[in-house]
Amino acid sequence: MANSGIIIFGELGAGRLSSITLELLGAGRKLADALGQELAAIFLGHPVDPVVREAIAFGADKVYTIDNPALQEYLTEPSVAALEAACRQLSPEVLLLGQTAVGRDMAPRLAFRLGTGLAMDCVHLEVQADSRLLVATRPVYGGNALAEMTCPSARPQMATVRAKSQEALPRDDSRTGEVIPLSVSLPSSRSRLVERVRQEAAGVKLEDAEIIIAGGRGIGSAEGFQTLEELARLLSGAVGTTRAAVDANWRPSSDQIGLTGKIVAPTLYVAIAISGASQHLAGCSGSKNIVAINKDPDANIFKAAQYGVVGDYRKVLPAFLNKVKELLETS
Amino acid sequence: MNSIVCVKQVPDPEAPPASFRIDSATNRMVPAAGVKPVLSPFDEYAIEAALRLKDAQGGKISILSLGKNLALDVVKKSLSMGADELYLLQDDAFEGGDSYSTAYALSLAIKKLGKFDLIFCGRQAADWDAGQVGSGIAELLGIPSITVASKVEAADGKARVERVLPDGREVVEVDLPALVTVSNELGEPRYPTLKGIMAAGKKPVTVWKASDLGADPAQLGRAGAKTNLLKLYAPVRETHCEIVEGETPEEAGAKMALRLRQAKLL
Ligand SMILES: Cc1cc2nc3c(=O)[nH]c(=O)nc-3n(C[C@H](O)[C@H](O)[C@H](O)COP(=O)(O)OP(=O)(O)OC[C@H]3O[C@@H](n4cnc5c(N)ncnc54)[C@H](O)[C@@H]3O)c2cc1C
Repeated sequence: MANSGIIIFGELGAGRLSSITLELLGAGRKLADALGQELAAIFLGHPVDPVVREAIAFGADKVYTIDNPALQEYLTEPSVAALEAACRQLSPEVLLLGQTAVGRDMAPRLAFRLGTGLAMDCVHLEVQADSRLLVATRPVYGGNALAEMTCPSARPQMATVRAKSQEALPRDDSRTGEVIPLSVSLPSSRSRLVERVRQEAAGVKLEDAEIIIAGGRGIGSAEGFQTLEELARLLSGAVGTTRAAVDANWRPSSDQIGLTGKIVAPTLYVAIAISGASQHLAGCSGSKNIVAINKDPDANIFKAAQYGVVGDYRKVLPAFLNKVKELLETS
Repeated sequence: MNSIVCVKQVPDPEAPPASFRIDSATNRMVPAAGVKPVLSPFDEYAIEAALRLKDAQGGKISILSLGKNLALDVVKKSLSMGADELYLLQDDAFEGGDSYSTAYALSLAIKKLGKFDLIFCGRQAADWDAGQVGSGIAELLGIPSITVASKVEAADGKARVERVLPDGREVVEVDLPALVTVSNELGEPRYPTLKGIMAAGKKPVTVWKASDLGADPAQLGRAGAKTNLLKLYAPVRETHCEIVEGETPEEAGAKMALRLRQAKLL
């Protein structure tokens, strides 16, 4: 039987469809239209929040749900088994997941289980005109190169998609579609969740911030970040960082921006004492404006920035901060 | 506690981006002169995770590495750090593969090694950045996998693994044998000591070819790949950076604030 249809794996956050899910629906809709096939979203959980129906307003033709006690908290084995069962029942042509904590854990196991090919962390998806294959473009070598991949014969063609790389559709409540529960039986899991600790962001969440003040190894100490904190507070922004500063224990890993950290796309990204390694730029190159402060005029960050100051941040930043204060007070 | 660690040699991922070149005729990256091969950084954390278990409770650590033109001093770093034996999977039949065919070959080598409690891999290799091979090996071997670990403890046929989440941590308990992929939050890998380097010279290094693994040629290398690379190219980044200058760094900082206000960014 020929495979048909696009399925996106949906995730929820704070009782709503997460932003990556809306982006997957936007990307999936385009592929579905190009192939003349249906777009479905699938959600796992226990219970499955009825809010998943909103996927229809954001582009899905159908929503599948799998409700099972083993899916209450995310664990690899039951979730992979649930999606495997869904793929065997529904035979999709394309399956997309987000490059999220869950997606990057689950997608490779699922692809190997289904005996199919998978492109991770894709930033562009397109249907090739003649072959009708999915062409998935993914950054490789830390972002120094882009690779266009296809999965010529095995099905479904699978990809995980990088956050903020795809456009969501505007909500359209006039769209109609069905919510269909699937029943599957799941094996018992060989792993168990012992505890899960979530740190709540004190101010604005990094991923949602319109202004990010980021500091790197050149900041030199945890205390050095105080001026950055003050600037971020003043501008209702958030503080971000590089892996170097996380490894030095100056900042928590939840502040890390980049290939193996968070993907951000603020209006203004101020990169202070950051060299601009490709793996860091992978997380912030979608910013609308990058401002670099670095003492090395040849630092790679100046190749990604629109505005720059060459100088010691210890001298540049306090003066910048004072001027910003002054400007905000007089306006 | 017997562990297997899978490591990959990659061109130094921290080399300056300006030195990066691609040969578009062959769709391959060409390491610039001076860019040295290194162990993929996350794989060093995987070795460190295995060494910490060995420090705590003894046992043996076997290192597996698949690749072409492996520089012995690079892959032997694992032995200098304290691992016990090194197996190199070197054969033209392994070339041109993808995550699938690579994990297939590694899983056969692991079966040939026999008994183990834990397999460690880096969370992703620093060249293709896919993060598939670890989970793929576990799937092919039919054992559980725990990814992006920052701490691993093991006792009584179980491991307790702390995982890094975007906004926190979780602890998962898993039955052994299991596979764990390791992230940098584990803490810095140790440097080889002089004694370690001396000892490494006497540790066994074994080369296996496809025929040693009893591999199905249809599943190896290019033939076994599920994906096809159409094109590899460098992204075009066209930004012009306006450098804001001043008599002093302080003046430049203040002028930058004014410039951003003018551009309506503040
Ligand atoms: C597979 C892989 C994944 C990775 N993932 C990530 C990731 O997600 N995020 C990430 O950030 N990195 C990641 N990295 C690491 C990355 O390659 C770089 O090592 C890291 O981003 C460097 O951080 P940095 O810019 O803070 O430090 P450095 O590269 O050391 O740069 C410090 C900069 O500060 C400047 N400086 C020093 N002192 C001053 C001063 N007083 N005033 C002004 N400027 C000063 C210097 O000129 C220099 O440019 C990854 C690496 C690999 C291999």
